[in-house]
Amino acid sequence: MDPAPPATRVDPAAGAAPRSPKQRNRVLRAVVGRPASAASLGVVTVLVVLAIIGPLVAPYDPDAQDLSNRFADPSWAHLFGTDDFGRDVLSRIITASRITIVAPLISVGIAVAIGLPLGLLAAIRGGWVDAVAGRLADTVLALPALVGALAIVAVLGPGLVNTMIAVGIIFAPTMFRIVRGAALAVTEETFVQSATAIGSSQRRILAVHVLPNIAAPVLVQVTILMGVALLVEASLSFLGLGVQPPDASWGSMLKAAYASQFDAPYAVIPPGVAMVLTVLSFNTIGDAIRDAVGIRRRM
Amino acid sequence: MTAPSRPAGEPLLSVRGLTIDLPGDPGQRGLVEDVTFDVHRGRSLALIGESGCGKSLTSMAALRLLPPGLPVRSGSVLFDGVDLLRCRPRELRAVRGGPVGIVFQEPMSSLNPTMTVGDQIAEARRLHLGESRRAAHRRAIELLERVGIPNAGQRVRSYPHELSGGMQQRVMIAGAIACDPKLVIADEPTTALDVTIQAEILQLLRDLQRDMDLAVLLVTHDLGVVADFCDDVVVMYAGHVVERTSIDGLFYDPQHPYSSALLAAVPQSGSPRTRLNVIPGRVPPAGRFPDGCRFRPRCGHDLPELCARPQVDAELEHGHRTRCGRVSGGELTLEGVARV
Repeated sequence: MDPAPPATRVDPAAGAAPRSPKQRNRVLRAVVGRPASAASLGVVTVLVVLAIIGPLVAPYDPDAQDLSNRFADPSWAHLFGTDDFGRDVLSRIITASRITIVAPLISVGIAVAIGLPLGLLAAIRGGWVDAVAGRLADTVLALPALVGALAIVAVLGPGLVNTMIAVGIIFAPTMFRIVRGAALAVTEETFVQSATAIGSSQRRILAVHVLPNIAAPVLVQVTILMGVALLVEASLSFLGLGVQPPDASWGSMLKAAYASQFDAPYAVIPPGVAMVLTVLSFNTIGDAIRDAVGIRRRM
Repeated sequence: MTAPSRPAGEPLLSVRGLTIDLPGDPGQRGLVEDVTFDVHRGRSLALIGESGCGKSLTSMAALRLLPPGLPVRSGSVLFDGVDLLRCRPRELRAVRGGPVGIVFQEPMSSLNPTMTVGDQIAEARRLHLGESRRAAHRRAIELLERVGIPNAGQRVRSYPHELSGGMQQRVMIAGAIACDPKLVIADEPTTALDVTIQAEILQLLRDLQRDMDLAVLLVTHDLGVVADFCDDVVVMYAGHVVERTSIDGLFYDPQHPYSSALLAAVPQSGSPRTRLNVIPGRVPPAGRFPDGCRFRPRCGHDLPELCARPQVDAELEHGHRTRCGRVSGGELTLEGVARV
């Protein structure tokens, strides 16, 4: 850090009004202010809305079969066509968006629930706590996410929730490392010492002084993990280990489309594009947050 | 400044034989060794010396704010009768930020960038006095006004980066005096600020000291600040206290070669085109302190045998103490700045 404070930005004599009321808003503004990240935020918002009200706006019952109308081409009646059971693909995409959002939330939620407290603890305690937690993280991290998830699913049995819990456990070390590193850097700062010097307890220092200051990197990691978890869910569903029929996820739809690619070659496009768009959006938002934080750090 | 007489009564803060070890090598002598001094109620004491002499370590150790790897080997720090080095964490927390306020060197990094300055000032009052958020907020505005921040009602909602360095330091001071402390420890409070702001901050500290009857422990390497501000002086060199005296005792009658050399190194205005005096060499790095008098390698009055022995702290007169055996033995007389 630069030892000298920055040059006077606000003239003390003038007593000008403070500029931005809330610093956190600046991060939000930076995300909305750029076209790419604003569009990404839009995509994610639409996805969340669809996840909530999906069944209301889907044109057909996603599970209603019409075997006389299999592999129908896209038309006004079926915008994305129908699948191997004659089910409306658009309705299934919309309904599957709930799983698409909820599944990564489970994983990332578990990753944060494990990684955040352990990371903070390791950073502030150090010593053997840090060493044990760190080695544990290394061990889990040595497994590729998908392979680890497969192993855990083999034990717990297939099913979406089990799968995503497994993925969450695999993600936890990544979160742990991010939190530990960021928290270590923050606890070195003088303001943490000065909080100690006015008599704050350790718990209070963590909650009030450390946590808000590591929020940005943690948030970035959350968006990245959301994208990865979505892909892992899709991969596992593609392999038949995630969502079970007749429920749909984009991954299981992709698998069905793949199996019938000679009958309906365009069927891979709707779930594939939906997936790419969503992952891209999560990552773009993550990048925007990271850049916004970078601006603040440089000041 | 008038020559203050020694105050009577119990000292407010009493540091006795404080020794801080250098971690790692067990053969190394203390980073800070056998440091003893008193801060009396309502008086200000300066801890001076070059960088690396253990001034900041000493002041931080007084509130047990040393980094975890630096153990205090021995000594005691009595504040109002409580030994801060041995009391329970709860007692320690009650002292920190309550009767003892701290101002750090770097105002920018000493303030939490994600909290408004008002919340940070209010934090101490809410912790120590259990005030409500609203009452503490009102008090924070008063404190900001007290430390001379214009438009305090709006400034209270500012974030640290919206303030200049001088204003940030004022905010730090407001936080340090939030709970009406008896003692403020200021660790080089003006070093990171530019010179005009330095003077304002010192003036503020001086006003507060007078109005609130504060005791101040000021860590600095700026002799001008000392001359302006302090009643008593403790001179440190390489982890030792080499001289303890009043402000006049230091400037007019220094009793240690290091103090005398420091005074000689102050640039004199009014005599252009003269060489700046310097003390040759530099402070030895921690762990490589010489035997005997630690200032010996740089001292102009070094005698091979006498100075190689461990030097003892000796009282000369009226509480004026020196760690130089030649001075206390009466064979060496030093010059102050009586020419002013």
